Order: sequence, then structure tokens, then C-alpha cells
Amino acid sequence: MDQMLPALAERLAGALGDEAVITDPVRLRTYECDGLTNHRAVPAIVVLPESAEQVAAVVRACAAAGVPYVARGSGTGLSGGALPRTDGVLIVTSRMRRVLEIDIPNQRAVVEPGVINLDVTRAVRPYGYYFAPDPSSQQICSVGGNVAENSGGAHCLKYGFTAHHVLACEIVTPDGDLVTLAAGDPGYDLLGAFVGSEGTLGITTKITVRLTRVPETVQTLLAAYDSIEAGGRAVSAIIAAGVVPAAIEMMDALSIEAAEASVACGYPPGAGAVLIVELDGPETEVAAQFTEVERLCREAGAFEIRIAADDDARGLIWKGRKSAFAAVGRISPAYIVQDGVIPRTALPQVLASIDALSAESGVRVANVFHAGDGNLHPLVLFDDAEPGAAERAEEVSGKILDLCIEHGGSITGEHGVGVDKARYMPRMFSDTDLDTMQMVRCGFDPAGLCNPGKVFPTPRLCGEVPGVRKGPHPYEGKADIF
Amino acid sequence: MGGPLDALAKVCGDVRPGEPEEGILGVAPRFVAAPATVPEAAEVMRVAAERDLAVVPRGGETRLDWGLPPERCDLLLDTSRLDRVIEHAAGDLVVKAEAGLTMERLAELLAERGQRLSLDTPLPGSTVGGTIATGAAGPLRLLYGSPRDLVIGVTIVRADGLLARSGGKVVKNVAGYDLGRLFASSYGTLGLIVEAAFRLHPVPSARAYITIPVPDLAMAHEAVQAVLHSPVAPSALECDVTPEGMTLGVLLEGVPEGVASRATYVADLLGSGARIDQEPPSWWGAYPDGTTLIELTAPPSALRPFLADLSPDTPAAAKEPADTAPARSAQVRWSASGKGYVGLTADANEVAEVLARLRATLLPHRGGAVVRYAPEGVRTADDVWGPVPALTLMRRVKDQFDPGHRLSPGRFVGGI
Repeated sequence: MDQMLPALAERLAGALGDEAVITDPVRLRTYECDGLTNHRAVPAIVVLPESAEQVAAVVRACAAAGVPYVARGSGTGLSGGALPRTDGVLIVTSRMRRVLEIDIPNQRAVVEPGVINLDVTRAVRPYGYYFAPDPSSQQICSVGGNVAENSGGAHCLKYGFTAHHVLACEIVTPDGDLVTLAAGDPGYDLLGAFVGSEGTLGITTKITVRLTRVPETVQTLLAAYDSIEAGGRAVSAIIAAGVVPAAIEMMDALSIEAAEASVACGYPPGAGAVLIVELDGPETEVAAQFTEVERLCREAGAFEIRIAADDDARGLIWKGRKSAFAAVGRISPAYIVQDGVIPRTALPQVLASIDALSAESGVRVANVFHAGDGNLHPLVLFDDAEPGAAERAEEVSGKILDLCIEHGGSITGEHGVGVDKARYMPRMFSDTDLDTMQMVRCGFDPAGLCNPGKVFPTPRLCGEVPGVRKGPHPYEGKADIF
Repeated sequence: MGGPLDALAKVCGDVRPGEPEEGILGVAPRFVAAPATVPEAAEVMRVAAERDLAVVPRGGETRLDWGLPPERCDLLLDTSRLDRVIEHAAGDLVVKAEAGLTMERLAELLAERGQRLSLDTPLPGSTVGGTIATGAAGPLRLLYGSPRDLVIGVTIVRADGLLARSGGKVVKNVAGYDLGRLFASSYGTLGLIVEAAFRLHPVPSARAYITIPVPDLAMAHEAVQAVLHSPVAPSALECDVTPEGMTLGVLLEGVPEGVASRATYVADLLGSGARIDQEPPSWWGAYPDGTTLIELTAPPSALRPFLADLSPDTPAAAKEPADTAPARSAQVRWSASGKGYVGLTADANEVAEVLARLRATLLPHRGGAVVRYAPEGVRTADDVWGPVPALTLMRRVKDQFDPGHRLSPGRFVGGI
């Protein structure tokens, strides 16, 4: 392998040009992790292709050399999905940033994978459209990364995830072929399988996205409660009334304290929880439903309700919520951002259990969540200078995922499995479930070179008869995959 | 060891020889099994694997005549006894049901709690499993998508008889591959769907249908564009075409005061002649009549040119589409979501000619045309699907899921 990599680097430089291939150890370090910084691996080679053909050339070269490769967009992922391989090639799409086509009559646009999420919206906003998936990192994350992770965002409660907003992907298959997967084409919905496969089935090089009409009006309120339970009652009442808000977000006292210290968002003092509810759509619809939402929030015990009079006021309400993750740095030297999902109705029970867990372990947990769809982002706080603290935090974090699974939820709602949660997959799925999912992978990537070691704790041997394992593990003795 | 029928009877209480009239496009099943539980269904599949039986699933028998006949059909696996609602978590807007439950029954149960699965049922009697397996949807697909967009979890029985799950019962979930989307529209060729969980929506408290007759194709195009780019957020936008004329229909859903004012807005947008009704027009949500049904992928920009193709006044080589409504025997239902259906009563030559024209016209719009059903003699294997861009990958996925090619063999694209 060691002799092979320099030869591969030379071959890649021949295909892409010297300045598109990085082998200098200092420059390679830039790429050693994605948004999840506790997993690091310096890649052997980084390439910066400018076209689909170049990506295909890289993949073909890797396939011929038997070298693993990982695709990376902006590197904002939070599960180590773009964690490089020390023995492999990192394919970075940051030079593929063209918006290729804007097709308003058909409400779609075609973009390259490195295009920044928010830049799609910027490009189509003059026509009254936007790209609906809005992960918190939307100012820097790439559309290719959104496809890999099936990214959501605060507004996916109403608008769904990336999978619902992608109509076609041109991909480079692990064979190095360029193939288009389109939702409308006859045959299997391979596009549906590809979106959210965390870069393990191929690399997308061109994405046709659905554009969404900018809503006529947006209304946002902030309601303050003494407790999370009271806020939770408001959420239940809103859903029970048949309202589908664009977003419902909740923060607990600890995360409010952090946000206050960081951005001085001016949330009502003394609040045990704040709820942010946003409605959007046709003006008359929103007006009627907003009145009802306000009433329901009050009935659930809100001691203060603020209604955003304009976009600036709306920005202020969102400011605290959007800064919450980073703000936690103000009240804790280090923290883990967890991402778990529970049925929304289990919220009070699960939060009580998290409280108990926190009290029992002495590990503080701040809670920020997409309350409408039960997606929790507990922030597990610790002091990395204190011996054993990181391990205790990790343990609490893992137990929170167990709580999610116990209540019929999921170990990840939007951050993905990546390298970080592969070990939790067997808690949620049986061996057969995981084996069956990997049949898809074996169809796409029998050699197992495309982002190996992600999503699944144990790779499936692709040539075998289903359900029967035999022969040595393909990575046996070659690499430590976790 | 006894015959396959005995082996099946050992694991399933409802097994019998197949009847000729149960044939799928003329291919009669040797046996029919109707498992009553999910474990029983898995056992039946296991026995089928042991005995090398080709299996075709049957739900409500509404789309068994779609696609191509199976190369062989040893076992018809009837899901009608798998008809339980496993869990309706109303507070979470989620339901989990067995595959054989009919969509109507599911809708009734959900309506009791003021909720719905936002999928139309174009063919009454369709089951949950069949709806997923065929990707069936109607006008609501404009706003809510098709089964692939609303399924949040599936349980399947694999070709080898093992049960496997993906997804779960929460809407927001990115753990593992999404087999629900892969199995949507897979026509029983990858495994047997036995359970599915769906995301639900509240039943809107008011709705209005705004319809208007459209005299020519240019106006149809303009009206569609006007509604699409307006802020009214329609739940559906449909075009109905018969030899008698064209009608555009818009569905608005929401709160009463909102729907009322939006309906007036849309009616004004469409111009004089628009009418507002509480009930759908008679053609709403049904497939067009005809002995041959062609499904189109046709985005809004393709509406005018593809409708012109169906007009006898348009010469094949015409550059400009004719501006009169189609007068061929064709009937058309088209959704602004980019799906359309053409119903034809025509001979093999005419169907082939229409297909060729439609495919040529739709290609630059990144669309296509697939024959869903057609009489024997009109239906030919070469012509049913049209180009299938990712066929190599599809074959490889199929080989993984069904290495013996026993699941609905030959029913799908490229001989899958």
C-alpha cells in the first residue's frame, strides 16, 4: 500500500494537474477532520477535482489501485462521515461550485455538489423561490453534503428533508462510471437509496434540486414557560389542533443561559424553557392559525409571549436558538452535541430521564430541540482538563441514545451515523437489518472502497450468499476501521 | 419430503392450489398462500426459497396487470389477511400498519382521529403494501409526494425468508439506508413488504376545487404557470384532457377563511369561467380511460408539447405544437408534480407511434413514458419501459436482494 500511494498521486496529478493534488503533510492536515473534531485522520492524498469527469478519473484510479476514497464537501458534518482514511484519497468538491441551470417554469435548479446550500437560495430568490432544506450550517455546508447526509433543518417539520427536494443526481459510481439517478425514471428508486447513504454508494457530481415558492407570509412567536413540561404541553396542543407549523423549537434553562451569555438574545428572564413557533404560507391561512397557536401557547401556561413584528424581530428570536450550540462554549470548556429522535409524545418522559441521568452522573446536559418532530440535541457538558470527564460525558451521551431507542426513536435525526455512531447501529437494528441494508452497498460498491468504515459497524462480504458469513473479513489485518 | 403444497401448508394455515383465473397476465400460479401473520409470511417465503418457488405478491389485485407477465409464478402470496393497524400514534402523526390493509380502511381509521395519509387512492381496494410497491399516488402528490416521501419505516421479508427492517416510527431519522424509498415502486421484485409506517397529516378543515375549461394548449400552459408561481400553495394542480376538451383543476386545503380567500384569488387568476366547488370534479384522481395506460414523467414545461403530440393535427415533424386540444382517442390526466397518464384505446401500431412521439418530446424535458398496462399484442417487452439509465446498478441491487431471481421474475425493467 505504501508504495502504491505515491504512484497513485502521480497518476492523479497527471489526470487533474499538479495543483489539484495535495500530498504535502502540512496542507493535508487541513482536511484531517470534518465538523466532528474528536475523530481525526490525515488523508494520504487530497484531490480537488473541477468536473464530474475528473471525479470519475479519480475514482477509477482508486478502484484500479484498490485504494479507499472519501468524498468531502464543506466538512461541516457532525458524525465524521467525511473523516478521511490515512491510507486513502480524500475527494474534495470545493472547486465544483457552479449553479448550472435555473429552471423556474419547472421549479428546479441544477447545481454542482460543492455549491453552498444558501447560495442556491440566493440564486433563485429573485424569482420568488428558495431551496427548502436549511441545516444550521447552511451558510457554509454544501449541497453534495446535504445529499449524502439527507440533511434536514429547523423547517423540515413542514417541508421535509433533502430527499424530498432532490429530483436527480448524476453520480460517479464506485466503478468510475457517470450515471444519472432520477426520481422520475423507470426502475428502482436508486436516487431514494442514494440520498442519505453518507457517501458510501458513490459521489454525486450534479444535483437537480426542487425549488420551493417563498411563502407569502411568515409569523414567528416566542413563548416563555416555567418548565420544559409546560412548553411540551403547548407543542402537543398545537399538533393536536391540526396545525403544521414550519418549525417548533425549544430550549431549556441551561441552553438559554448559554445563548444569553453569548449573543445577548434577550429571552424572557427566569424562563425554564422557551418555545419558538413559526408558521408560514398564504397570508389568510397563517393569520387564522397563528391566532390559535398563540392562544394554545398561553393556555399551556406561557408567562410571556413575544410576536415578531418584522424580519428583524424574527431574526432576534432565532438568534438565541441558532447560536445555542456554539454558545454552550460560554458555560462549559467542552461539550458533545448529541442528535437523537423520540416520538414527540415521549418528550416529557425522556427529558425527565435525561434530568435523572444528569443528576446521577453529575454531568450537566443542556437541551435544545426540534420539538415538533422529537429531534433532541442534548449538549453534554464537560471539562476536558479534568481526567475522566470526557469518558463520563461520552457515557451519558450514549445513555441518551439508549433512551431514544427504548422509546421507539432513532440514534440520529439529521447528523448521520458516520464513523461516530456506527457502533450504536446494532442497538437500533438487528444483524439481518444491517445485512439487508448492506445488500444495497454491495450492489453499488462490492469492493468496499467508497467511504468504508462509515454507517455500518461490520462490513458485509459482498460475494457471499445472503445470510451466511464466511471467509476472512475484507479489512482483516489491513486497517483499524474504528 | 412432500410436495411444495404440503411444505407450505406446514407453515401457513391458508394454502391452496392456484386457479387459472388468478393468473397474472395469463400466468397462472401453482399455489396461493395467504399468511395471517408476519412470522407466517416469513415462513412462507423461507419455504419458497427452499423449494425454489417463484413468488409474486398480491395485495388488492388493482395493479397486477401492470408491467410485464412474470416469467413464472409458482406461488401467489396474498397479503389480504395481513390487515392490522399495528399502531396509530395520533399525537405523533404516525401510523404503522400491515401490508394487506386497504387504503380505504386505513383512511377511515385515521379520519376518526382527524388525520390522514396524504396519498390518493386512484384504484379502490389498493392495499398499503401494493401502494408502496407500485409507488401509487394521485393529485395530492404535488404537495405531499408519493409513497417514497411518506413511508418512514418498512418491514420486509427477504427472498431467503428473513425479516428485515429499515427506518422506524419517527419522521426524522437518518440511521442507516432507507429501504422504504428503495422498495417504493419496486413491484415486488426485491422482497415482500409486510409492514410499513407512514408520516400522517391532519385532515384539513376546508377544501375547495377551482376548475376552468381551457380552450387551447397555450392557455393551459399559461394557467399552470400562473398557479404554480402564485403564493396560494395548492395541494394539487391537475389537467384533464378528453376529446371533448381540456379542464384545469386546482385543489386548495386549509382553514375555512384561508381557503375561501385563496379560492377567490385562484379563480381570478384563471379568469372568467372558473368555478369554485366543495367537491372534486368527476374525473379527479382517476386514471384516464383506455385499454392502454401510459405513465408519463412530464414536468410543467412539457405539458404543451406532449399534449400537442396527442393531437392528430400535429404532423410528426412539426416544430410548433398545434394549439388545439388533442382529438385523438387519448385521454390525459396530468399533475403539475410532473406525472401524467395517457389512456388510449388503439392498436399496437398506434400505441407504438404515440409512445415514440411522447418519448422524443419528453426527452429534452428529462421526462419519459412507461406503459403500465396494455392488451396482449399491444404490450411488447421492448417497449414497455423506454430507456432505463441506471439499469446496470439496478440489476446488481436485484442480484443482491434476490440472487435466484425468484421474486416477480421478469415483471420489471430490463427483465428484472
